[in-house]
Amino acid sequence: MDTIFALASAQGKAGVAVIRLSGPLAHSAAADLTDGPLPARGMRVRSLYADDGSRLDDGLVLTFQAPASFTGEDVAELQIHGSTAAINAVMRCLSDTDGLRLAEPGEFTRRALENGKMDLTQVEGLADLIDAETEAQRKQAQTILAGELGGLAERWRRDLIRAASLLEAVIDFADEEVPTDVTPEVRNLITGVMQDLQREADGVKIAERIRTGFEVAIVGLPNAGKSTLLNALAGREAAITSEYAGTTRDVIEVRMDLSGLPVTLLDTAGLRETEDHVENLGIELARKRADAADLRVFLTENPKELSVPMVDGDIQLLPKSDLRDGAEGGVSGKTGQGIDQLISHISRELANRSTSHGIATRERHRVALNDASSALADAMTVLESGPDLYDIAAEELRTAIRALETLVGRIGVEDLLDEIFSSFCLGK
Amino acid sequence: MKHSKFDVVVIGAGHAGTEAAHAAARMGVETALVTLSGQDIGVMSCNPAIGGLGKGHLVREIDALDGVMGRVADQAGIQFRLLNRRKGPAVQGPRTQADRALYRAAMQKETKQQEHLSIVVGEVVDFLMDGSKVVGIKLADGSEIHAGAVILTSGTFLRGVIHIGDVSKPGGRMGDRPSVKLAERLDSFDLPLGRLKTGTPPRLDGRTIDWTDLERQDGDEDPTLFSFLSTSVVAPQISCGITHTNARTHEIIQKNLSQSAMYGGHIDGVGPRYCPSIEDKIVRFSDKESHQIFLEPEGVNDNTIYPNGISTSLPQDVQQDYVRSIKGLENAVILQPGYAIEYDYVDPRVLTSSLSLPEAPGLYLAGQINGTTGYEEAAAQGLVAGLNAALAVLGRDPLHFTRADSYIGVMIDDLTTRGVAEPYRMFTSRAEFRLSLRADNADQRLTPMGIDIGCVGDTRKIHFEGKMDKLETAKSKLTDRTFTPREMRSAGINVNQDGNRRDGMAILAFPDVSFENLLPLVPELEGIEADIRLQVERDALYANYIARQKKDVEAMKRDESYEIPRDFDYSTLEGLSSEVKQKLSTARPVNIAQAGRVEGVTPAALTLLLAKLRREQRVRKV
Repeated sequence: MDTIFALASAQGKAGVAVIRLSGPLAHSAAADLTDGPLPARGMRVRSLYADDGSRLDDGLVLTFQAPASFTGEDVAELQIHGSTAAINAVMRCLSDTDGLRLAEPGEFTRRALENGKMDLTQVEGLADLIDAETEAQRKQAQTILAGELGGLAERWRRDLIRAASLLEAVIDFADEEVPTDVTPEVRNLITGVMQDLQREADGVKIAERIRTGFEVAIVGLPNAGKSTLLNALAGREAAITSEYAGTTRDVIEVRMDLSGLPVTLLDTAGLRETEDHVENLGIELARKRADAADLRVFLTENPKELSVPMVDGDIQLLPKSDLRDGAEGGVSGKTGQGIDQLISHISRELANRSTSHGIATRERHRVALNDASSALADAMTVLESGPDLYDIAAEELRTAIRALETLVGRIGVEDLLDEIFSSFCLGK
Repeated sequence: MKHSKFDVVVIGAGHAGTEAAHAAARMGVETALVTLSGQDIGVMSCNPAIGGLGKGHLVREIDALDGVMGRVADQAGIQFRLLNRRKGPAVQGPRTQADRALYRAAMQKETKQQEHLSIVVGEVVDFLMDGSKVVGIKLADGSEIHAGAVILTSGTFLRGVIHIGDVSKPGGRMGDRPSVKLAERLDSFDLPLGRLKTGTPPRLDGRTIDWTDLERQDGDEDPTLFSFLSTSVVAPQISCGITHTNARTHEIIQKNLSQSAMYGGHIDGVGPRYCPSIEDKIVRFSDKESHQIFLEPEGVNDNTIYPNGISTSLPQDVQQDYVRSIKGLENAVILQPGYAIEYDYVDPRVLTSSLSLPEAPGLYLAGQINGTTGYEEAAAQGLVAGLNAALAVLGRDPLHFTRADSYIGVMIDDLTTRGVAEPYRMFTSRAEFRLSLRADNADQRLTPMGIDIGCVGDTRKIHFEGKMDKLETAKSKLTDRTFTPREMRSAGINVNQDGNRRDGMAILAFPDVSFENLLPLVPELEGIEADIRLQVERDALYANYIARQKKDVEAMKRDESYEIPRDFDYSTLEGLSSEVKQKLSTARPVNIAQAGRVEGVTPAALTLLLAKLRREQRVRKV
């Protein structure tokens, strides 16, 4: 049995955060993080250290011994300061520990049930649970099934079953009058589904952005006024500004709320050819971050002079409009001219994308889409070898179909249990 | 009036019956094989061929448990072909044309030689009952045979009706009497029955066929046999002819459709979609201008030809007309007309995974009576029933085959949880763990199980253990050391230069790497025999996929461990639709995994069921 861990308290800043571990290694893993042994059952104030000996945080460590714990297994709880950085650092250490893994949604509850720790025996309680689950399932099923995704998933599944049946016919009726090479049709079917999957998976990325924030990068030549603009947008001195070109060598991040959407603004080093080694490193980093960002604001008269490509939806503005005497399409961090328009432009653009995030919103969906997608990619590779490897291609298709079946709720019992308990918050 | 006593009595000496009787006898219990005539043992009443895709896998599995079908088929095989030879080993199926006479002779010989097995000739008219328990059988001559367990393998004899055109008459297969009395007895058990049909083509006289311009199909040059113990082909090898129907043929059939028993409304039974009659083919695939026909000799010294692909229930004169419209058959003489047969089957969902009938303890059903078609499917069920009947008589736990260990397990699970809608035939695509359930490793999967329960004889045991030793030796030589991509490349094996070290088995998992490619890397492999090399290659090929499937297998096993009591009352499950309650009550799944495979059972229904089971478990503990 794996030892699992997860953040048991809510995401985000709070006074205290609770990370829960359950399983045979729960106690030893917790002890490894701290500076001394832990009791089999009890509470200790401890400092937590990373592998390299650096201190992560101080906190309260609670240990529960099997079977007297929430899950019925050995359990440890780390109550630490609720800062995102501290939580992330501790979680990272735990995931680096052999034998530990992040819990699946509802897995603690599930273990509690399997170990007979949860009282499912009372009919009312049970009925409540089932009702809650059914209601949740109903809502989810309706959202999914009434929407695009349900229809799509059904169609994908149909296409893949069609593809699989072609392969299976060649395999199982080798002695009869069936075509011996169905590769072209199978490839067509798979390609179509893969394109759709890709589109949906992209949609999940946006849904995730709504949770974790969009990245907006400000790019331009050195001294185009990027940092000044960032400061104006953020309303505080986040980036060091000066009139010397090449001041920003790191990427400066400012998190802010733009019309309800979480946005991280990135101020990047000015993009120019330079002999300065350190500045070059900064520029390289700037390019990468700008490329990966969800949206780019180009502060330039000519985007082509920058080495970051402009893509659909990106914004181009004339820099330092204060020096341009009322020219259209400019912005100035210094005077605030055009800032409001820029903010509404960014939020409009991001809001647009948010509405097109599709129906695949859950991690479960993303996992299913990815599983299906990677199995299909493998199937395509194998199909290049033609009918001789149909046995393998069919296996990949089977994997993909099974992944999509979990998407629409036609699921195995094992998945079913996961599904039931995923209505409980992670780690609770 | 004679009275005798056996441990296990098997009714019917077809493929299910003989395999059942042999299995029970191998377990060391006294077994009687009751048949209408001693000459019926080992008769192939339909297509004279054994094996194929999925079916060949079943024969290998039967053989792995020391059953008879594989050995006998090897004795009688006159054209061995490994289907899908160019594809991966998981989807290769051994098949052979069998000489009818040789097959029957070999099976009769095996049966007479088998220890603890007696052949009893007679017509079974009734069961001996002790309350609801079946404790023996009664023969037409009034004699009684008492038994600890009775296995009924009556094939198509249950209310069998033969149709040729609009002429129909009762009968199990041509020339045999149907078992009406026994059917009436079964009725008293109030079992859910269904009706199926199957068909045969007219048999032709090979001497009247003009073979000169017909395409020929030969067997493999290097035949793949069925039994792990067989070493070479015994009978002379022949080739088959291939011809095709044409527009004229189709026209004749089309014009006479109303005279076909099937299309004339004389038949209600459901036929198999994958083995349609020629009438069906022409109606359903009307855009197809021609259908292939294999002309299969029924034996080396037999002029009968089985034209595979034109089974029919048209009147005899129409059969003659359409046969003679076909190239090569212009002057063909029909030795026996084709016919369709309708028969009763018992909905197999009433059976346990031992193929026993809980309504009538002591009684087992195997073969076509359970809604299957095919010799191999029948024999595999016979094996399951025979072994389990013997185990029951010995007071031992039943033997349970699973979807993860065998095609036998797949079939038993399909039959007992999903039932049948058409005659059930095995396909490789039915097995979700197909890559690990291969014909080549049936012995590795099942022989240890057979040795364990005691149905495997010494010869096979020694042979198997010797092979396993050799395999282990070869594999340990392969896994002893690991190699860098650079070393592999220097040995001529092209892999990604990803820096990963791999052992020999992992290298063999690449589809284009053969055992021989490894010799430069591991010179001590030089002395490994060819057949062991081949087996190691096959075992290595799917290793990555099998590892991935392991998770699915484990999930299934976990679900299988949530057992549902046989007497579980679904009507007490609140919140379940009555339709689902009905389906579960009919299928009576023995665990949650099976329940999940019952058609129409939703996740929510399973949740309710699981929760209720846990609650009951807890109540019982307290």
